[in-house]
Amino acid sequence: MKIPELFPLLFGAPWRWLRLVGAVATAAWVVVGCGPTGGATGDTIPVGEFASLTGSEAAFGRSSHNGTVLAIDEINAAGGVLGKKLVLVTEDNQSKEGESQTAVKKLISRDKVVAVLGEVASGRSIEAAQTCQKYRVPQVSPSSTNPKVTEQGDCIFRVCFIDPFQGTVMAKFAAGTLKARKVGLLVDVGAPYSVGLATFFKEGFVAGGGTIVAEQKFTKDDKDFKAQLTAIKAAGPDAIFVPAYYGQVTLIVMQARELGITVPFIGGDGWEAPELLKGPGAKEALEGCYFSTHFSPDQATPKSRDFVAKYAARHGAKPDAMAALGYDSAQLLADAMRRAGSADPAKVRDALAATRDFDGVTGRMTLDASRNARKSAVILAIQKGEFVYKETVNP
Amino acid sequence: MAELVQQLINGVSVGAMYALIAIGYTLVYGVLRFINFAHSDVFMAGAYAGLHVGQRMGGGSWAGGLVAMLAAMAACAGLGIVIERLAYKPLRERSKLTVLITAIGVSMLLQNLGQLVFGATPVAFPETLPATTFTAGGVVVSSKDMVVVGFTVALLGALEFVVLRTKVGTAMRAVAHNHQAAALMGIPTNRIISVTFGLGSALAAAAGFLWAYKFPRVDPYLGVMPGLTAFVAAVLGGIGNITGAALGGLLLGVIETLVKGSRWSTWTEAVTFVLLILVLLFRPAGLLGRAQAEKV
Repeated sequence: MKIPELFPLLFGAPWRWLRLVGAVATAAWVVVGCGPTGGATGDTIPVGEFASLTGSEAAFGRSSHNGTVLAIDEINAAGGVLGKKLVLVTEDNQSKEGESQTAVKKLISRDKVVAVLGEVASGRSIEAAQTCQKYRVPQVSPSSTNPKVTEQGDCIFRVCFIDPFQGTVMAKFAAGTLKARKVGLLVDVGAPYSVGLATFFKEGFVAGGGTIVAEQKFTKDDKDFKAQLTAIKAAGPDAIFVPAYYGQVTLIVMQARELGITVPFIGGDGWEAPELLKGPGAKEALEGCYFSTHFSPDQATPKSRDFVAKYAARHGAKPDAMAALGYDSAQLLADAMRRAGSADPAKVRDALAATRDFDGVTGRMTLDASRNARKSAVILAIQKGEFVYKETVNP
Repeated sequence: MAELVQQLINGVSVGAMYALIAIGYTLVYGVLRFINFAHSDVFMAGAYAGLHVGQRMGGGSWAGGLVAMLAAMAACAGLGIVIERLAYKPLRERSKLTVLITAIGVSMLLQNLGQLVFGATPVAFPETLPATTFTAGGVVVSSKDMVVVGFTVALLGALEFVVLRTKVGTAMRAVAHNHQAAALMGIPTNRIISVTFGLGSALAAAAGFLWAYKFPRVDPYLGVMPGLTAFVAAVLGGIGNITGAALGGLLLGVIETLVKGSRWSTWTEAVTFVLLILVLLFRPAGLLGRAQAEKV
């Protein structure tokens, strides 16, 4: 059949009617179904969560989710919020780009959640933030550190510090504790988290009198980093900064050791997952490397010790920073609802924005005018196959 | 200088694996004249098969590693034959486009099946073969690289022997040359096509095993990028030509590494595809392919 003959079939009379009906139905659904509704009818308050429960950053997503679940259960066991129980509705974005928007849209329009919690990876938090902002539903990201996340609008919050701070912390650590003068960079150019952190590290390190001797790039699907590492090795750095997620960091450091690169590798909170040290040779390769993060279970405050015990009882493992931040994000949201005296998204947003000195397990936090938490960072060392607390850096 | 030599070594060791995958594409194309896009997912299945057998073998011995690799190859040869029987054979008399689209469908089926069976989370590949490094004049060669290149050369030699020196190989070439004439000469074409799929899939599994051994993180989408690159390699070398596929794989591995190690690292894929376009402009049949007049 020739193309012109197809036109009347596709766009002919019966189809035009069907299309019209479809369009009207869609419009009606948008008007009726998608408006910013309270959702908190009955005796429960639905809270949405989107997370990377499977896929490349699943270790982060699961930790964060475990922390969130623990918090929600505790809140409900203590009688809930405003006399109502919180119901957590979780969507998995499979660590894929482009899935978070769909997930959040579903949470807002179908599950009528009053607020959204999530997620770890900055790129995917930004995607969701655009949707949350559009529908004016408050979003609290537990651990996305790229500044752009909360820049999406005044409904987006986070309970962690941001990369300009984290980058400076690691730049100071490299120059001070490691006495590095020359540093090599290896950056995942597909991840806003990686690009942002690298930029802020570079600024801080150069301002402190150091030089960046090599800057190499890779993308998410790369498995072979020997080309980039060979180029970095030739520049003779004292340390190599890799602001990437744990899945690739292990491969990078192992391949570097194969190439005879012996200098320490340093990184950010994207490293902190038990998976970092899994597999043959991973522990040996990463011995003596350092990274910055939000929380260490070895940090001794009464609140965090209590959290570590409860988390271990519930999930049978020591919590990491993602779990602690997941826990804090849910607790902060509940706190904001109590302060607002309502589960209305607009009122919860205002209460979140007014957060001062909230006492979380990851430390005391105040949300600033850009809706970011100001709080301290910790540096962990990898020693004998364990993450060991090294020091705390205050803002 | 040492840096350049090091980059060449890095490139050859990746290129060797591209070569192994590319040969699978080329074998099937030679016999059936279509691109088996599910090949890259058989590669992924090979990595998982190696992972599960390797875990049971206990770590780091030559015997255990070899058994794991042979088991992966056998399992995937079976998988390849089953795919051919169920998905492609019923369509053999249909247009090539139908088969091609079916191949893409099978590829997606395998990826999603992989996600269902193995989960989407990357898992660490166990230590299957011993690993050390050798240093000479600022250049480091890992035993992994030597193992990968060694196995590739050995497998290519074995394949060359099968295709050129055995009865099955002669039959394969006959089927590739003219399907109908071969059938008229009493060659069991269906069985020969199965053998071809089995051979190609076994090579993909070997490549998958070596890939996972070199980069010890395995996930269901493992095959997508290397599969695509190897497909380009097969076309670059002249699709249907075994030596061409091996050459294309090596060439792409080295070029990719050289670009990645330079300041233009984000342009790696662009360089690969521009190269492919240039080769096809001046040698439409690929580097070693022989241009054929279209049969009417």
